[in-house]
Amino acid sequence: MSAITLPRQDTYLNINYGIRSWLLTTDHKRIAILYLVSITLMFVIGGAAATMMRIELFTPASDLVDAATYNKLFTMHGIVMIFFFLVPSIPAILGNFILPLMLGARDLAFPRINLLSWYIYMLGAGVTLWALIAGGVDTGWTFYTPYSTASPTHVVAATVGVFIAGFSSILTGLNFIVTTHKLRAPGMTWFRLPLFVWSLYATSLILVLATPVLAITLVLVAVERLFHVGIFDPALGGDPLLYQHLFWFYSHPAVYIMVLPAMGVVSEIIPTFAHKGLFGYKVVAISSIAIAVLGFLVWGHHMFVSGMSLHAALMFSAFSYLVAIPSAIKVFNWTSSLYKGSISYDTPMLYALGFIGLFTIGGLTGLYLAALGVNVHVTDTYFIVAHFHYIMVGGSVMGYFGGLHYWWPKMTGRMYPEKWGRAAAIIIFIGFNATFFPQFILGFEGMPRRYAAYPPEFQFLNMLSSLGAVLLGIGYILPALYLIPSLWFGKQAGPNPWDATGLEWKTSSPPPANNFEKIPVVTTGPYHYPGKQDKVG
Amino acid sequence: MAESSLRPMNALGDTHSVETSGAHAAPDLQFENLEQQHATRVFGMWIFLVTELMLFGALFLMYTVYRAFYPAAFAEGSRHLDLALGGINTAVLIVSSLCIALAIHAARTSAKRSQLALWLLAAAVLGIVFMVIKGYEYFLHYQNGEMPVFNWTLTGAGAGHVQLFFWLYFAMTGVHAIHLSIGIALVGIMILRALLGNFKPNAYTPLEMTGLYWHFVDIIWIFLLPLLYLIAR
Amino acid sequence: MSEPIIPTRTLFIVCGALLLLTALTIGAYFMDLGILHTPVALAIAGAKAVLILLFFMHLRYSSGLTRIVLLAGLLWLGILILGTMDDALTRGWVLGTAP
Repeated sequence: MSAITLPRQDTYLNINYGIRSWLLTTDHKRIAILYLVSITLMFVIGGAAATMMRIELFTPASDLVDAATYNKLFTMHGIVMIFFFLVPSIPAILGNFILPLMLGARDLAFPRINLLSWYIYMLGAGVTLWALIAGGVDTGWTFYTPYSTASPTHVVAATVGVFIAGFSSILTGLNFIVTTHKLRAPGMTWFRLPLFVWSLYATSLILVLATPVLAITLVLVAVERLFHVGIFDPALGGDPLLYQHLFWFYSHPAVYIMVLPAMGVVSEIIPTFAHKGLFGYKVVAISSIAIAVLGFLVWGHHMFVSGMSLHAALMFSAFSYLVAIPSAIKVFNWTSSLYKGSISYDTPMLYALGFIGLFTIGGLTGLYLAALGVNVHVTDTYFIVAHFHYIMVGGSVMGYFGGLHYWWPKMTGRMYPEKWGRAAAIIIFIGFNATFFPQFILGFEGMPRRYAAYPPEFQFLNMLSSLGAVLLGIGYILPALYLIPSLWFGKQAGPNPWDATGLEWKTSSPPPANNFEKIPVVTTGPYHYPGKQDKVG
Repeated sequence: MAESSLRPMNALGDTHSVETSGAHAAPDLQFENLEQQHATRVFGMWIFLVTELMLFGALFLMYTVYRAFYPAAFAEGSRHLDLALGGINTAVLIVSSLCIALAIHAARTSAKRSQLALWLLAAAVLGIVFMVIKGYEYFLHYQNGEMPVFNWTLTGAGAGHVQLFFWLYFAMTGVHAIHLSIGIALVGIMILRALLGNFKPNAYTPLEMTGLYWHFVDIIWIFLLPLLYLIAR
Repeated sequence: MSEPIIPTRTLFIVCGALLLLTALTIGAYFMDLGILHTPVALAIAGAKAVLILLFFMHLRYSSGLTRIVLLAGLLWLGILILGTMDDALTRGWVLGTAP
């Protein structure tokens, strides 16, 4: 199989072969690879929709696609990217692979449920894709009532697909929580857990507590749509705002489902490539939990102009400021950790540094939006679009790519070409900013989102944004071009290519099927660099 | 699964605190001993019940909002429900929960298989009785024109608000009934496994998990009774 | 597995108490309690739930962790209801849009 001959070593990859050994596996590492393949496919589909939109917006007139098609494109982009890429990406791929290794466990607590959740994901993705291909959905990813119960498009299939995928999230979250509580290696106390584990734990709390609310709500929307009358129907005195509350009770915390794991990845990468302990480990750990909890108190800030009561708007606005505190704590601690470190700018580190910068911009613009007055001004403009893309693409996707590069040697046993890796990271960073920074200005000048056409005076910035999107697209294709060949031609990685400290680096790369020859005993904190400034341990 | 049997057992195999022999004597690969395996699975069930709580919680929220908006319509809707049937069903579920608890007691005190199976059977039968009574109630609503979409005859001022009450009534009792059906199916599987002799005083984890689920579904009903049937005379 | 086995006597007593409380809540329904009507009914339901949790689901003998899980679930349900009701109940204050 390999171009470079290696001494035979028992790994999770070569323990057995054949399609059955993959589709019926209960090994968390193989399930992670299954997720990697399927989630990457969804990323390509969501990205294709985005590309179409950006090409359409290159010129002011709606010439490439008509308005109805454009509505379907942004709906498809939103549904696929959020429910089928961002929410599962880091937890289900990197978390699945790394969490048991970091804990010093042989598998997750419920390996068969782990496999089941992949099948559920595939079923949900299949149903949703069918809806999108069969004619599409034009409600936006939010499925707001009453329009979603009246729209002539395939809303039922799309909501059912998202409903199904929700159970995949719930089961993954459940598995992670139980595993973290019950399967830690001897000596692995809570404050010796790596920060990636802390952030996955916080993410799982949200997955488990918020997803069921969305699930039942979407079922009721589907029912209302089938019968043309139902629980949110204004004709009966039903309250469409109630739908929005239920939707955002899930979907605001879902933002933290997307960004918390990326924060965890960054918290792993920074100590490794600064070669010193993470500054304020405990505070960063607790702030993950704080974000998960406070994130549940702010959903109303998506509804400031919806007709929600002023009293509630004030409360939600105040809480929205609060959630910035733990996020800022993290940013300050990451940057402090760099101080006096011996920093090496390897590919994962470039992504991590990119994350810090872009997440900070996304977070600070989030503070503008938490302010009621500003929010009313920029609601439904490109300012919002730019803001959440800085969090979700600048934050989550940068974190995901950083983590993928960081743990690629562990997952495959091979190194990728470092020069290509760095080039892609830099292209993505530049392409991202070129795409989305102009959108802040467009939004502040008043260009509304979700339109296929726009007045000519917005064209220059839109062209800039579209050209940036081309660069960003190239940046996203590059990793596929060097990561896949690295499986055959990459240099052998060895157990610990980065000189990192976590338990996952104490076993061979790729790890054996049951993870460790012997379960390790933990005696120090996660980022223990003897001789360096050592705040942990 | 096919693959896990291929994985070699490891050094940890020595530390198993296995007390009995038999099919369930060895824990799965990721556990050190049976105690840890049992505790982990039961804990997982509790987390699952919390997700169920949030699922029903969304319905409870819709109920709270609409009842706050339309108190009179909710009182009116509640008067259309049959309290006698609701009350009997509550008693049925409570006794079924007792049967489950007694079944687990039987499993843990190494009573005969048949005794364990009988308690489980009693619980399942009571569950089915609940479903039959509930179905009869639905039938009455249909006959009386109180079933939105299928047969709705209430008209006049506020009829829309009463219909919202009935939407919630059917959503809440319907989701509850789906859960109870799953519970009955699970208990059915447990009866088979009990007869096969799968359970032992220190190997009864699936029973315990089924029991937790059953009791949870019971608790949901205990709240549905006052919220739907006992709003106002 | 190390949890104590609850004697059948206790289980029967709990079941009896649950049935009694059911009778009580239906009895309270026919009394004139005014605005206390719903609070009383919910308090009785709460008491029944606690009995089931403590004895049938043997929370009484479980670890603190299990209790925290349950309390967390209830807390989050509370957040969902409080946050939404904050809007639903105060919508008419300024905008005059309360239904």
